[in-house]
Amino acid sequence: MPRTLFDKIWDGHCVGQRSDGRDLLYIDRHVLHEAHAHHAFAQLQRQGRAVHRPDLTFAVQDHTVATQPGRDDSTNPSGTAFIQAMREGCRNNGIRLFDIGDPEQGISHVVAPELGIVLPGATHAVPDSHASTVGGVGALAFGCGTSELAHILATQVMALKRPKRMRVRLDGRLGAHVNAKDVALHLIAELGVAGARGYAVEYADEAARAMPIEQRMTLCNLNIEMGGRSGFVAPDDATFAWLAGRPFAPQGALWDRALVHWRTLKTDDDAAFDREVTLDCSALEPQITWGTDPSQVVGISGRVPEPTAFEPSRRAAVESAFAYMGLAPGTPLAGLPVDRVFIGSCTNSRLPDLETAAAVVRGRRVAPGVIAMVVPGSSRVKHEAEAAGLDRIFRDAGFFWGESGCSMCAGGNGDRGRPGERCVSTTNRNFENRQGPKVRTHLASPATAAATAIAGRIADVRQLLVGAA
Amino acid sequence: MQRFSSHTGIAAPLLKDDVNTDQIAPIMHSRSLKEDYKAMLFYRARRRGDGSEDPDFVLNKPQFRAAGILVTGHNFGAGSSRESAVWSMLANDIRVIVAKSFADIYRENCLQNGLLPVVLDPQDADAFIAWVVVADGAEPFTVDLVTQRISGPGGADIAFAIPPADRTRLLEGLDDIGLTLKHMDQIASFERRAADAQPWLQRTSDSRR
Repeated sequence: MPRTLFDKIWDGHCVGQRSDGRDLLYIDRHVLHEAHAHHAFAQLQRQGRAVHRPDLTFAVQDHTVATQPGRDDSTNPSGTAFIQAMREGCRNNGIRLFDIGDPEQGISHVVAPELGIVLPGATHAVPDSHASTVGGVGALAFGCGTSELAHILATQVMALKRPKRMRVRLDGRLGAHVNAKDVALHLIAELGVAGARGYAVEYADEAARAMPIEQRMTLCNLNIEMGGRSGFVAPDDATFAWLAGRPFAPQGALWDRALVHWRTLKTDDDAAFDREVTLDCSALEPQITWGTDPSQVVGISGRVPEPTAFEPSRRAAVESAFAYMGLAPGTPLAGLPVDRVFIGSCTNSRLPDLETAAAVVRGRRVAPGVIAMVVPGSSRVKHEAEAAGLDRIFRDAGFFWGESGCSMCAGGNGDRGRPGERCVSTTNRNFENRQGPKVRTHLASPATAAATAIAGRIADVRQLLVGAA
Repeated sequence: MQRFSSHTGIAAPLLKDDVNTDQIAPIMHSRSLKEDYKAMLFYRARRRGDGSEDPDFVLNKPQFRAAGILVTGHNFGAGSSRESAVWSMLANDIRVIVAKSFADIYRENCLQNGLLPVVLDPQDADAFIAWVVVADGAEPFTVDLVTQRISGPGGADIAFAIPPADRTRLLEGLDDIGLTLKHMDQIASFERRAADAQPWLQRTSDSRR
């Protein structure tokens, strides 16, 4: 019987079934971060339980670390206890930690694939909802809570109910300056914030295939914003080329053997999905959110919608979003003055994201009064960007160039906007108060964010670059 | 884990869809390893711009300050996987959330902590919401997991469905890790098979070292 790639990976990792009917799914790679891990370490210690496979477990400091140059444990005082508890927990349990100061420190979802820790067809878990970022290399990943994190540490499996299968077919070729972020935002607008709830999502077809691996990660990263815990793109030659030679990827004969297996990681023709969605990407323009959830999206040439465009049951939420965002229906998005621009997070902080932004910024200046920040997704990305001179481009334009971490995505490290500020951000959530109390967040791609920083207003990158030509 | 069999409490209507975990349990400016989960619950939603309490927020209203049941719309608990969004409910003695639907990770976090997530179909949910609004905190409701019924002042009981395994886990307060540890033999034999079939997954090594 033809099977989906999801079923192949799931069945290949199913250890058995528990008495409560849940499948026990083996987790090949478990990556922890300091904001949640200390609870789990404390729980296991209380229960006298050991970490079953410290060798398959890795840890990063990302959520609470400061981004200022020369940072240490106490640069963000409210992170110090978390950072130190993480260090102690990893030492006590024999877990490799990419600590502050380590050249491989960074956001877990950026670090795990770039080091080749997570691999095609592998299962992966992180106590963070954006775990499925690594679906971009063809891994099946699950975001989880703290109790599940402790469960994985003790057993190396998750007890899960098998999700349904969804395929999202991305047809057509993306236009210039349109990328995975725009595709994902448009898809969330189409399907809604719960459109993929209960499903594992496979992204397929021309536009997904054409995306470089980093963009596939952006696409899979945003899967949770439509409610899906797991999302992935089947691996292909581009994936294998991207992974080859990465420090934790298999080498030599083992690589050759892995490659033979990885080439089988495909959905069979005629395999059945519980839901199929097709999106034509060819006419898509850059997308941006206008509201307070990631489905409240329009094209960059669009306007804040009228409440009548929504079902009656949604209108109160829409009105509340207008009020929070300080926007009236009918207002064009392009041209809105902004106070802040943030480029970073597990969604858009990999080297090609920074290259795209730098290409827009090169030779230009951040508009007066705008605070603009770039926070690389990992220390390795930062190093590579500096080797390519990108930091100079950003700094010369007036951007802050930070040390790696989650930073303004959730503000857990103290990087926050001020009340009332309008911020264009390459992150994943435009929730109220997320980037600081009363901060008004508009999600967009790195290219749109960079163009906005230069213009001082929400800008269509295509016009900025045409204007320069 | 804390067992759950039945809970009687005031039912507070938070009549919104898509309430996310950033709203339920915001990241506090000053954080510590032992956070004040009681204060964390809806910390910002409870306050106005000047920091004073917002009298219009449902849990600030006198009749709902001691609510034990939260009643809400679709997709409750969307967003971040932070389990503090469940711990902060329990710290406020809210043991039941009745919703039209839950976000996946949030629902799992509820089950892990003995917080009962009740999903009512849209018709029953609307009827229950109307009932809760009329009751207005004057008298409590009881959510009974044994009989799978919600009862309250002056109305007919509403039955609810829950997967039997989830029900058992809550009723018995089962230790989730303990349940899985019974399968360690299977896990060990999986690891042996995987080490032969896909050895690159069963070991990690840094090729630079």
